[in-house]
Amino acid sequence: MLTKRVIPCLDVRKGRVTKGVKFQNNIDLGDPVEMALAYSEGGADELVFYDITASAERRPIDIGMVEAVARAIRIPFAVGGGISKLADMERVILAGAEKVSVNSLAVKNPSIIAEGAEAFGRQCIVLGMDPVKSERCPSGYEITTRGFREFTGMDAVEWAKRAADLGAGEIVVNSVDADGTRAGFEKVVTRMIAEAVDVPVVASGGAGRPEHFPEVFEATGCDAAIVAGMIHSGEYTIAQIKAAMSSAGVPTRLCD
Amino acid sequence: MIAIVDYHAGNLTSVKYAFDALGVDTVVSSDPAVISAAEKVVFPGVGAAGSAMASLGELGLVDVVREAAARKPFLGICLGMQILFSRTEEDGGVDCLGVLPARVRRFPAVPGFKVPQIGWNDVETPECRRFYYFVHSYYVEMNDFAVGTTEYAGVKFASMVRCGKLLACQFHPEKSGRAGLELLKGWVEEC
Repeated sequence: MLTKRVIPCLDVRKGRVTKGVKFQNNIDLGDPVEMALAYSEGGADELVFYDITASAERRPIDIGMVEAVARAIRIPFAVGGGISKLADMERVILAGAEKVSVNSLAVKNPSIIAEGAEAFGRQCIVLGMDPVKSERCPSGYEITTRGFREFTGMDAVEWAKRAADLGAGEIVVNSVDADGTRAGFEKVVTRMIAEAVDVPVVASGGAGRPEHFPEVFEATGCDAAIVAGMIHSGEYTIAQIKAAMSSAGVPTRLCD
Repeated sequence: MIAIVDYHAGNLTSVKYAFDALGVDTVVSSDPAVISAAEKVVFPGVGAAGSAMASLGELGLVDVVREAAARKPFLGICLGMQILFSRTEEDGGVDCLGVLPARVRRFPAVPGFKVPQIGWNDVETPECRRFYYFVHSYYVEMNDFAVGTTEYAGVKFASMVRCGKLLACQFHPEKSGRAGLELLKGWVEEC
């Protein structure tokens, strides 16, 4: 049976993994390659790297880091941040990443999704989105960009459908409201999107305890969920998350 | 020497890196002479069957790959497994290499099952059940050469086949953690 994926997220800044709440108060957590290796050995199903300072500083992704990760680990990983054109996607994929993730770029230039899907296959193209609760949009959720700094007026569910039609192979729903709270995933918009599109949906933001994982899988029908702070801090392990999922009856790849 | 066939069907970086991790030398090549001379051949592939077959034709690799699949230690991966069979439904129907007799079909539309299948699914062999990483919309029908089976969208399909020195898998051993590395190691050592 196809299992629900647990995906550690590593925010990289100047070659180091960092964690901050709502992009502030960043703390150094370690070396990206060492952490990637530890998580892949520890049962992660996939990894995602965000080169979080790339967009703000208008510089491309650190390809050397992508290559080093690809050499070190044997599970799929996605890279996001700092992608501004098709050639950037190609460099990341040729360096050994399975997927590239676009977020603000796709809002500005939606055709990049179609171009990427055409060039590399839709399974390579991940759309990341940062919805926030908002009365301005029919679904009740509005898309923000540039690390939650800008409001776009775009409806989150409509944007997800459009992105999937354009060729996005997967959609990461990173809730601005839940991000960094460790109070559990946002379930309303994640479920609306999981029901609206025919591509895998990944819940992101708010994981704080192992039980949050079976909860979000059962409540939303999403295919994967992102974990960050609760394992980066050493408070919990992926094995504990997987055990919680498995005992709740969620299809889970237990570490072998 | 192990040759990894580059026929412009997807990115071979992670296949090469997986063999590097095992300390096994490989050469990535599109050259028919290199592939003919190789002791073992890895035939990966991601993408669409139509363009993959066209590309094999343009590169003059059709006969070389058929020959290698029939005689040498050979490992087909993902699309590289599918196009070893006789025909696929993909791209409106494409004749493939016909090394093995079975058809390749698209997963049916079943509520709750997204296509492509993306993620870790279990492969059942007579010895064990292990998880491997899959990314695919088409599957090889059950056939006499199936040594591993997987279920998705209400279909039980051949996720691993073996025929003589040929081994082929629908999943990506190069992206399947320890289970995948063990499979690659086993393939390198047994032949």
